[in-house]
Amino acid sequence: MPTLAFELFVMGRTRQSLAAIRNLRAYFAEFPDLDYELTIVDVLEQPDRAEESRILATPTLVRLMPLPSLRIIGDLSEKEIVWQTIGLLSDDSARPGSHPNDEGSSHDR
Amino acid sequence: MIDKAMGLPKLPTGIPGFDSITNGGLPEHRTTLMSGTAGSAKTVFGCQYLASGIEQAGQAGVFVTFEEPPADIRRNMLGFGWDIAAWEAAGKWAFVDVSPQLTDETVIGGEYDLGALLARMENAVNRIGAERLVMDSLGAVFTQIAQSKIVRNEMLRITTALKKLGVTSILTAERTEEFGAIARYGIEEFVTDNVVVLRNILEDEKRRRTIEILKFRGTDHQKGEYPFTIHPKGGIIVLPLSALELKQQSTDLRISSGNTVLDDMCGGGFFRDSVILVSGATGTGKTLTVTQFINGGAAQGERCLLFAFEESREQLFRNARGWGLDFRELEESGCLRVICTYPEVAGLEDHLVAMKAEIETFKPNRVAVDSLSALERVGTVKGFREFVIGLTSFIKHHEMAGLFTATTPTLLGGASVTEAHISTITDSILLLRYVEMYGVMRRGMTVLKMRGSMHDKEIREVSIDSSGMHIGAPFRNVSGILAGVPVHASEREIARLNDMFGQ
Repeated sequence: MPTLAFELFVMGRTRQSLAAIRNLRAYFAEFPDLDYELTIVDVLEQPDRAEESRILATPTLVRLMPLPSLRIIGDLSEKEIVWQTIGLLSDDSARPGSHPNDEGSSHDR
Repeated sequence: MIDKAMGLPKLPTGIPGFDSITNGGLPEHRTTLMSGTAGSAKTVFGCQYLASGIEQAGQAGVFVTFEEPPADIRRNMLGFGWDIAAWEAAGKWAFVDVSPQLTDETVIGGEYDLGALLARMENAVNRIGAERLVMDSLGAVFTQIAQSKIVRNEMLRITTALKKLGVTSILTAERTEEFGAIARYGIEEFVTDNVVVLRNILEDEKRRRTIEILKFRGTDHQKGEYPFTIHPKGGIIVLPLSALELKQQSTDLRISSGNTVLDDMCGGGFFRDSVILVSGATGTGKTLTVTQFINGGAAQGERCLLFAFEESREQLFRNARGWGLDFRELEESGCLRVICTYPEVAGLEDHLVAMKAEIETFKPNRVAVDSLSALERVGTVKGFREFVIGLTSFIKHHEMAGLFTATTPTLLGGASVTEAHISTITDSILLLRYVEMYGVMRRGMTVLKMRGSMHDKEIREVSIDSSGMHIGAPFRNVSGILAGVPVHASEREIARLNDMFGQ
């Protein structure tokens, strides 16, 4: 079981949906050792999954692991918010070992 | 239903009265905004719209809830007899649950739209083949999605998509005031061409629910506010009073008033499908007139229904016994049904709905209301007027005879609010008045109006004893009875007046 698990709900190939996928992939690429699992759900193809997870907006990123689950609505262009929310910058177990907080943030800038 | 004038089709909702004030229902394949303050029955209306579709037209419906969780809605609507869970199992009803959840923390991290919501709605509509859709309520979307610009754009996109899907939709929205802006967030301008306003007004310490079609773009509808009530068993009932048509059948058939002299005064009895108003001060013999009316019906084997708002059953039965009529026996034989209610137990709309239901169940030939004026104090003047119109037209529509009593506020002369409101609606008016003569109170009766018939114009003396009402000779030497200031003329004066015209 990976330490990080995500579901990204997008709608078709809209600008915002593509941006969300691109942004997320770019963030993960900065942590090559990161053990994560990402499932991309297109609500046009799988509306039932959107129903189950009660998704209102697209794109929506759901952090399934670690608990508690969290949601980020939007195309994930707000890097700081995204990193903080999904645990890439936080102090818990999900934090990538080779990238301490301050170092990670300086690296961003 | 095709609207002939404009060619815009409408979908009959099946909500009692609503299709009448909308001239056929909601504009088909469009979204209608239903706006109202808190507690104005928006959610009930939405649920009933879907329930009626399933029950009456076999049309499936989707309920998109932004506010109450589906479990709450299922439970709340069960009382109205709508088993939503069963309909869900049968594929007739589907929820799209967008009610707020407290479980997941949510942050905004960039641009977004409500594509997922639209995808879920389309999925639900396609899954059960829905023809009706309700979104309840828009205000709750704004609390979940802070950026109102996004919500506006997305709602426009959603309503456009719904039109393509071929569903006829209702979108509910909150207002903060009963007579202010149509809805919060200025949504009405962009979302929909059709606006209906639900009101729950506090007027003279009484709650009054009304519904108004504000606009239906491209098609006609009835104008103004119509009262409605929420029946605990069946939901919303709109009372389309002013929309009623005067198309009752008319008959020359006469029925007995139960008093042969009164029948003669009326030119041979009351008309079978007429409404008669009996007006008089307290103690002038109104309830006796009602009792005679029932007796006259029972003698012909007709069924009579009496709504009493002033006296208890025991009092009524005792009085009738005093006049030689056994109500209990009549009830047991099935000729009579007496319903005694305190006017204060319900609002006028509820009284009207209950009375209509009783009339439809009992199917009487004669309906008596004693007294109508007791109901005046339950509602506003406008509400009372609507109530009287509603009841009168219902009775006439069913071709029954109706006898209403009205109590005048003053002992001598006078007119009541009831009369002012219904004198033009009723076919006949009987006046019962006190006449003071040399320190003695005597009673007089006259037929003021008898539509479609000759009638006695004289004011006759009435005496009441243990065998009932006796109508005697006219007051020949008194004038000013109806004005409440009787003036006695001497024999000599009468002779002089007669001579004056004789010359």
